[in-house]
Amino acid sequence: MRFDREKADIRFGCGLSPRIAPPRDIQQMIDQLKGPDEASDVFPIPKTETILELARASRAARQQRRKATTEKSRENARDARRSVRRRVQRLALDSLANGFLRRALTVDGLRERLCAFWGDHFTASGKGVLWRHARPAYVETAIRPHVTGNFADMLRAVAMQPLMLHYLDQHLSVGPTSRVAQVNRTLDGLNENLAREMLELHTLGVDGPYDQSDVRQLARLLTGLSYNLKQGFIYRSSFAEPGPETILGVTYGQGKGRLEDIHAALDDIATHPSTAAHVARKLAVHFVSDEPAEALVAHIAARFRDTDGDMAAVTEALLEHPAAWQPAAENVKRPVDFIGSALRALDIVPRHIPKNDPRKMLDLLIMPLALMGQDWTGPSSPEGWPEANEEWITPQRLAARLQWAMSAPFALRRVLPNPEDFALGALGHAPPQDVIRAARAAETRAEGVGIVLASPAFQRM
Amino acid sequence: MAGHAPARREFLSNGAALGCCLAASPILTPVTLASAPHDHRLVVIILRGGMDGLDVIRPLGDAAFSTLRPDLRLKETDRGMDLDGFFALHPALAGLMPLWRAGEFAAFHAVSTPYRGKRSHFDGQDVLESGIGLEDRQTRSDGWLNRVLQQLPGAESETAYAIGRSDMLLTRGAAEVADWAPDAALVLSPQAQSLLEMVMHDDPLFRDATIEAIALSGTDLAAQPGRSAPRGGDMMNAMRENMRAARGGARPASIARFAADRLRQDTRIAAFSLNGFDTHSRQDKSLPGSLERLAEAIMTLRNNLGPVWERTTVAAMTEFGRTARLNGSGGTDHGTGGAMLLAGGAVRGGRVLTDWPGLAEADLFQGRDLRPTRDLRAPLGWLLRDLFGFEKRVIETAIFPGADMGPDPGLTR
Repeated sequence: MRFDREKADIRFGCGLSPRIAPPRDIQQMIDQLKGPDEASDVFPIPKTETILELARASRAARQQRRKATTEKSRENARDARRSVRRRVQRLALDSLANGFLRRALTVDGLRERLCAFWGDHFTASGKGVLWRHARPAYVETAIRPHVTGNFADMLRAVAMQPLMLHYLDQHLSVGPTSRVAQVNRTLDGLNENLAREMLELHTLGVDGPYDQSDVRQLARLLTGLSYNLKQGFIYRSSFAEPGPETILGVTYGQGKGRLEDIHAALDDIATHPSTAAHVARKLAVHFVSDEPAEALVAHIAARFRDTDGDMAAVTEALLEHPAAWQPAAENVKRPVDFIGSALRALDIVPRHIPKNDPRKMLDLLIMPLALMGQDWTGPSSPEGWPEANEEWITPQRLAARLQWAMSAPFALRRVLPNPEDFALGALGHAPPQDVIRAARAAETRAEGVGIVLASPAFQRM
Repeated sequence: MAGHAPARREFLSNGAALGCCLAASPILTPVTLASAPHDHRLVVIILRGGMDGLDVIRPLGDAAFSTLRPDLRLKETDRGMDLDGFFALHPALAGLMPLWRAGEFAAFHAVSTPYRGKRSHFDGQDVLESGIGLEDRQTRSDGWLNRVLQQLPGAESETAYAIGRSDMLLTRGAAEVADWAPDAALVLSPQAQSLLEMVMHDDPLFRDATIEAIALSGTDLAAQPGRSAPRGGDMMNAMRENMRAARGGARPASIARFAADRLRQDTRIAAFSLNGFDTHSRQDKSLPGSLERLAEAIMTLRNNLGPVWERTTVAAMTEFGRTARLNGSGGTDHGTGGAMLLAGGAVRGGRVLTDWPGLAEADLFQGRDLRPTRDLRAPLGWLLRDLFGFEKRVIETAIFPGADMGPDPGLTR
């Protein structure tokens, strides 16, 4: 069990491409990851600032409508609203199209996979016309810059993102003896959502060494984390519960709440041995197997502890362990990975993606993703997407994959490759013989290509 | 996310070698249900957007109503079908009148979930589907229908079906729930089907799901004129047809047909949702279509359930009612109290059940909405007791924690 170039692209990247050679070795994968982020330059995705700007424009348009008294001013308000809606739709379709184009054309597939993994680990999503499309911007802003940085920095970054603060109600959390609570008794009290998910999902894990008192204390410490549409993140000291708070036996703060005390606590939790173990197992499950080798998990966890959560080193630990290269492809690709790797195998380039045609985008990407079980606006729970293969390969979800495989390649590409050649390109140097036979026997190119994409050999990684 | 079916899958992989797959699939094989201790069927329809209970079950007998809804005064002929001398049914639900006359349709009026205040669709639907008030709820709660399954002795993977492409909180949770969207139905040429079977053959997870997907696709295709397995050159047309079908979403009739097909077999509980009830403007134009789709879904269930209809209860509910007054654009805004609709052979219908709060200014909730006089979870709780024999204590703690069921309204026969 050792490094294999094709496996490197299939299991740890975005799949095989007829245009881009797979990585030569682990060193090259790590070097690319530490090097410039070319994919985000070529296929940009807006950041949180753009979401805030659109939110402000949307609010202004609503105010304009409320204040409008003449037919002319009402007309102007309607135009303003329409313009915001168009921009939101543009943002949504660009984020989706560019996300897939990165996967189709990147030389650094590992980066895309890590961004998806950590974006899922720190799941946040919004609701409503604008905020439901804020997830890609959130990942771009808080996750992507940190995939080779420190875990603690990523934790700090997500804890200061408007989308996360809103998603887990942190902006509503008011310290029971905070300044604002002294003045206004009717304000909602402490909200434990972010504190709980931070310990249970983001860091220590559900079996970690914390109890309800730690959740409560962390919730008190986190009061004050908030945002507004003008500045994005703000520390609202009037909401902050005065310290000290004791979390996992360590005491933070004294008197007036301070952002520095929150950062100090997050740094400690981020480098806790239980966090190392939790994160190591999640990485191994996500990239290798629903039931990973214990030696692999232990190896990654040790590197996390030794480096205080240096993510480049942790990723390298995953790649360098022999168990990561087990021959059997066990994990089923998630819908995003499935479609992404199919686009890559089909050599899709920007002109193939109908990003200016919302209806085609709906037919070819958005609806299929939803039917496959991975709604593009994000998972329905803070736990993120499920890992177990059985969750993804249900009759309905598989039917959606098969339907997409049989119809979307032709709709996107018009000119399809010879199915047998396509099988060799998409599946690597040793494709299963029955897939080759089926590719040869198909009545049309569309069916032949569809059957290759539908085969377990393609759908597993 | 609904749970899925390892037990079922093992069963499939034992018997079903591909090739003779469909005959061996238990989906097409009648399964006796001697072990199932309950024989009732429950269909839950979530009406998304906030259905205007006051327009659907119209309190024409309330003197204040015509002031609140002046548009109805103008339309003497269009005031709806009289139900009991006090309430009238929206004309778009005319299709349900035969059920009313047969005593198989009822409404529970002036009910709402425990959700109060902000009138947000998302929070409202979360409360409706989780069955728990916001203040009692954890971030990751499960759906009340899933908790019903957790309490059902002998519940299996096919006992409940979530139908449609949306992932409903209602059915999410620890108990296994099967799911299927009729618009995911596969259209495959015979050749493509046999080649798929060939490449899936050695992978049990993919093989078994493929068998089921093909079988489930057949359920609805057969019933839909114009959608049949294509041959050779028709493939591209079939694909386009597939795309169109997926874009348009499954029609209520095809969802209901699929539900009925399952409910005639192992399935005891089915759930799906219908959209289009958020009628902020020109309600006289926007609401009828949505109501007609609801009536179509209910009547399709009745017509396809055969004798099982006698043991069926359909409960249609929404996240909140709407403002009592018509707004400036002929619509209504997010409100509080509303109506739940019940249909089915098991229902003691022909009645509008309500502790009517009145519509005078002082009677309205916060001066604007129909005042809820009963927690929606109370009649639902009694319904669950009637259908599945749960104890009141179990319902008030495990299924609808925090709900007070109050007196028994006697909803079923």
